[in-house]
Amino acid sequence: MERVSLTGNDAVGTAMAQINPDVVAAFPITPQTELMHKFAEFYADGKVNTELILVESEHSAMSAVVGSAAAGARSMTATSANGFALMWEIVYIAASLRLPIVMPVVNRALSGPINIHCDHSDTMGGRDSGWVQLFSENTQEVYDNVIMAVKIAEHKDILLPVMATFDGFIISHTQEVVELLSDEEVQKFIGKKEMYYPLLDVKNPVTYGPLDLQDYYFEHKRQQVEAMLKVPAVVDEVAKDYAKLTGRKYDFIEIYGPEDAEISLVALGSTAGTAKDVVDKLNDEGKKVNLVKIRMFRPWPHETIVNALKGKKAIGIMDRSDSFGALGGPVFMEIRSSLMGEIKEDITANYIYGLGGRDISAPEIESVYNDLFEIAETGKVKNRKTYLGVRE
Amino acid sequence: MAVKLKDLSKKKDVLAGGHRACAGCGPAVLLRQATLAVDEDLVVGFATGCMEVVTTIYPYTSWRIPYIHNAFENSAATMSGVETAFRSLKKQGKLPVDKDIKFIAFGGDGGTYDIGLQSLSGAMERGHNMVYICYDNEGYMNTGIQRSSATPYGAATTTAPAGKAVPGKLQFRKDLSEILAAHHIPYIAQTSIHDWRDVVTKVQKAVSVEGPAFINAFAPCHRGWRYPMEKTIEVAKMAVETCFWPLYEVENGEYKITYKPKEKVPVEDWLKSQGRFKHLFTDEHKHMIQELQNHVDMLWNNLLKKAGEL
Ligand SMILES: Cc1ncc(C[n+]2csc(CCOP(=O)(O)OP(=O)(O)O)c2C)c(N)n1
Ligand code: SF4
Repeated sequence: MERVSLTGNDAVGTAMAQINPDVVAAFPITPQTELMHKFAEFYADGKVNTELILVESEHSAMSAVVGSAAAGARSMTATSANGFALMWEIVYIAASLRLPIVMPVVNRALSGPINIHCDHSDTMGGRDSGWVQLFSENTQEVYDNVIMAVKIAEHKDILLPVMATFDGFIISHTQEVVELLSDEEVQKFIGKKEMYYPLLDVKNPVTYGPLDLQDYYFEHKRQQVEAMLKVPAVVDEVAKDYAKLTGRKYDFIEIYGPEDAEISLVALGSTAGTAKDVVDKLNDEGKKVNLVKIRMFRPWPHETIVNALKGKKAIGIMDRSDSFGALGGPVFMEIRSSLMGEIKEDITANYIYGLGGRDISAPEIESVYNDLFEIAETGKVKNRKTYLGVRE
Repeated sequence: MAVKLKDLSKKKDVLAGGHRACAGCGPAVLLRQATLAVDEDLVVGFATGCMEVVTTIYPYTSWRIPYIHNAFENSAATMSGVETAFRSLKKQGKLPVDKDIKFIAFGGDGGTYDIGLQSLSGAMERGHNMVYICYDNEGYMNTGIQRSSATPYGAATTTAPAGKAVPGKLQFRKDLSEILAAHHIPYIAQTSIHDWRDVVTKVQKAVSVEGPAFINAFAPCHRGWRYPMEKTIEVAKMAVETCFWPLYEVENGEYKITYKPKEKVPVEDWLKSQGRFKHLFTDEHKHMIQELQNHVDMLWNNLLKKAGEL
């Protein structure tokens, strides 16, 4: 195992080259650009067997990988924000055709106003698209998630696309030390791609994408739900195999700090890293708190969440995107519905933060914990939804 | 080698009968002609539209060959992915290498001239070894006969109806074949379903070139054009006889007119055959017929010049 200092984009570009997909489609958008630059260097130096399609839009990137994946090829693309929005229609089609495409998404705020920095409004909008969604706290985790994603997506019980997301600039452009597997180890881990009903099997012709009306559409959607329900077991199995290889074991969520703390904060992405420092500081001061970091957002790990959060006296939920006009952000709403009947009073508070790349500091996170101490003491939530670090 | 009808008639149709196209559907005729033309293994892709809908209503499919439909605007991008997968898997020895597979992406004029133009342009520019065939029925038929950029000047459609204030479509149709010619791909052709030999010959040429090829195929729709369903072939033929729809090809930049009418029939005769132009035959609007005639003459002369015939 090699320890090197890489940006998130370079690490993911390297992971992609080590996966050595049969087909990659690419279109530039900040902050995903350097990821594809890195991969293109491997391609230009003849270090991958991949055929690279430099498409004229993200809509065509997703369309092309739908074609190549249906043909039987291991297929990848990557994007951010507006690029993800442009491929929207085909993102859903990829999932419904049960194509095991893997797509790193470098989180960036969705226009408008146009902005290039991190928030989660892009991928949170895709949470009902039928893709598996893995969030990453740092460069190591996204490198690992991308490699594991291939095995999850291509598992015969699953055959669903997977997006591995990581925070734009905060992870994509920051150097961190990462442990890389060797190319051989990656190849051995992901294994040979099995082809199910490949379009190129001219002897056994199949029809992909027929019109599906009132008499069958619902059953096909139901099958898609079933496949999604099988994902957690596979994610876990893949994580266990990966831990054997690397010593790094990933669960659906990570609890940082004392498990029996009565005060919890929920976060995902790079903010979890900042929050961990705050958890250390508060526990050192004798204030017992923890952090619940969510790695797998889709499928939603309901039971794991319930086990981690039931019996708490105060729960703060951090959302790096909003759902306009709703009770709270997407993470908040998921947590609240999971905890229905599991917590005595309404002791949850939502914090919308970091939109458009607005920095989130340790003192701000500490102020959230201070709110939570008050909720735990009084049993009352003053503000259900707070916008953190914004000029009101 | 000239194509013989007898030989074609012996080939097995890859498009099974019993699909749901209207009787007398022009595009459905084209699908048979185009697929019968290809002797090699063939994979087809479709844009959303009449031909996609009528051939693949789950749990049925009319296709005896691999078929993929993704969405409305991305038939070309989707097929570019399929073709790339073929090259990649073949190169790596992940597929039996002895066979060549041909790839044809189809789309209606809506899916090609309009919403899919970018996807088509991208795929052609990238040089994929594939053919794109547009079946041009001059409108969005599947959704109820709406105007497209291929709808002719003056035609009535459901979104540009002939009303008291506006007499149908006020713009001339887009010359898509010329846009494709500007891509300088190895082969571009216009054909029409009334001449099966022309279609078959051009499709055979298109699949045999190295790199991308484009065919724009005139395929009347009686539902949208308002003529008796048994007249489809005649209506197509007359469009060619008037030079409204010239048959030509551009092979490595060289223009060649593949059919020249002995005597150019007035466009008016063609317009008369279809209900969608009925309102033009009034004192108020008959000047539009002349305008369309002038436009057709101008384009025909340009084509003659490009082909070195003028
Ligand atoms: C993005 C998108 N917009 C609109 C539609 C609705 N739609 C489906 S088919 C069609 C018309 C197709 O027209 P054309 O490509 O000319 O083919 P035809 O129906 O004439 O065969 C339209 C507008 C769609 N399916 N997807
Ligand atoms: S509406 Fe026109 S194009 Fe569509 S199936 Fe009928 S005849 Fe063919």
